[in-house]
Amino acid sequence: MTTILDPTDERVPIARSITPRPEAITGNVALLDISKPRGNVLLDRLEQRLAERLPGVTVNRYAKPTFTKPAPETLRQDIKADNDFVIEALAD
Amino acid sequence: MTALPAFSLADPSGTDHSFPTGSPTVVTFVKEDCPTCNLVMPLLDALQASGDVPVLAAGQTAEGNQVLLDRHAPTFPLLDDSILKVSFAYDVETVPLVLLADGDGGEVARLVGFDRDEWQAFFASHAPNAAVDWDAYPKWRPGCGSLTQDPVIAERLRAESENSPLRARRIDIAPSDDVHEFMFDQGFTDGLPVVPPTPERVLRMLSGTGRSSQEVVAEIPPNYAPATVEKIAVNAVLAGCRAEYLPVIIAAIEAICTKQFNIHGVNATTMGASPVLVVNGPIRERIGMNMRLGVLGQGTRANAAIGRAVRLAVRNIGGAKPGGTERSTLGNPMKFTMCFPEWEERSPWEAMHVERGFDAEDSVVTAFAMSSGPALCVDQSSRTARQLAGSFALSMEAAQHVRAHGASDALLVVSPEHVDTLWRDRFSKDDIREHVQRVTARPLADLVSDDDIGGGIPRDRFDAMNEDRRNRRSPKFASKDNIHIVVAGAEAGKFSGVFHGWAGGEIGSIPVSRQIEE
Repeated sequence: MTTILDPTDERVPIARSITPRPEAITGNVALLDISKPRGNVLLDRLEQRLAERLPGVTVNRYAKPTFTKPAPETLRQDIKADNDFVIEALAD
Repeated sequence: MTALPAFSLADPSGTDHSFPTGSPTVVTFVKEDCPTCNLVMPLLDALQASGDVPVLAAGQTAEGNQVLLDRHAPTFPLLDDSILKVSFAYDVETVPLVLLADGDGGEVARLVGFDRDEWQAFFASHAPNAAVDWDAYPKWRPGCGSLTQDPVIAERLRAESENSPLRARRIDIAPSDDVHEFMFDQGFTDGLPVVPPTPERVLRMLSGTGRSSQEVVAEIPPNYAPATVEKIAVNAVLAGCRAEYLPVIIAAIEAICTKQFNIHGVNATTMGASPVLVVNGPIRERIGMNMRLGVLGQGTRANAAIGRAVRLAVRNIGGAKPGGTERSTLGNPMKFTMCFPEWEERSPWEAMHVERGFDAEDSVVTAFAMSSGPALCVDQSSRTARQLAGSFALSMEAAQHVRAHGASDALLVVSPEHVDTLWRDRFSKDDIREHVQRVTARPLADLVSDDDIGGGIPRDRFDAMNEDRRNRRSPKFASKDNIHIVVAGAEAGKFSGVFHGWAGGEIGSIPVSRQIEE
């Protein structure tokens, strides 16, 4: 990881390019619980719906140790290595 | 037992409250926009009222504290931790955070968020005299993120706690990304690769100046963003500078951001002007500037990188980008960089900074807004100073348009061989200036637009002039003082160069000098 200091006046957020949106959901889908209360309830329901509508995909469940900090590097790497998509439950 | 950090914070009346207090105390962190903090405010009040243990509450924003005071009128001191130093020292992740400490500041118990059973047990143990109707409270409420966990604030607090001079936003570039491509994508560059401004490199760059990293040097248009020494240093790293160049860059930015220089207009003009920076004084040798062979070209780090750093600072801090507020029709290569020193030792004349009122021992940078250059004056045949100055005159007359008289500034770079020709006849700089004005002084009739050449004085305006006015001779420059002269270049070659100015005076740009603080 290289860290640089922002040379601008910092009025514009750093724009990062996002991966193009795929045509179809296939392969493995990660469901990431950030450990906010009831995030698991939302993700349980989502997993159920995914299974009904996309029986071909495999769902993998993950959780951050705490919502107050970024996900540990190993968790991010695991999610990236084993999945094609990730859905994160962000709020309460 | 964990020792909690000592602190001293002021309550709304300005009275300081210090911790540890010498007796058991509850220290708590709250913020106004957290519902759970609001929920527990009456409980903290009950704690205070019980007389069992006093409460010190630190609020995380000044505005929020006022709201909490108005809303709850607490009987315990609500302390101002809006700079978040104490919250950071306590590594608060979630509010409300309630800590019971003994008289020496050792942690005895802790509550995070609101769990009724835990709170009730805490009160039973440590504040048995508190009167609380626990049934009126919900069973559980989560806490909220402490303001110290906001990523931007956390970086600043970490830097401050480490006494780091770096406050700029840190950008992490993933190992899978190419650092150089990332910087191109972000628009940080002038189209050429830049040096990644890592914190280590920026710290090294800051060692080049004694000024505080957070001192604001200028506000750079069009964003009028504060150019701190640190931000300038970040751009100096991008440009490929060494630390010892930084004082020159700082002085140059001070110069171009003055009202007189008008960098906003210089950037915005469709004519395509750019700062040309001339360095005088002892710093030239010390930082390895080239004033000899190829002085106006590529190949010397100091010349190239200083000019580039100034341009990148204007682009990145000020926000001036081509297609945005930078509207040059053609642009010019000086918009990448143009900075060079005068070869004072090779000149028989006063150095430019001395002419402009500085001491010879001062190091000075002077900024000119130039729209093109260096345009070469080739004269290998003049044998007298008068002849050569006349050649300069005709070359300079081409600036903008031969018929554009009354022009503003020009910067003449006289090469050593030409210097010798001029000095043989003891021509002073003023003699050159006066001869240029004399040779280029033409009757207005010679400067009128015609069927073959459209540029010049419009025919109808000329026709409306009286005879006396038509015959009046107009020199190229509004004043001889608009002709700026320096010496530089290789020993061999009878070639001098002229930078052509942009709009001058109050309506355009006036050259500005600034002393370089080393």
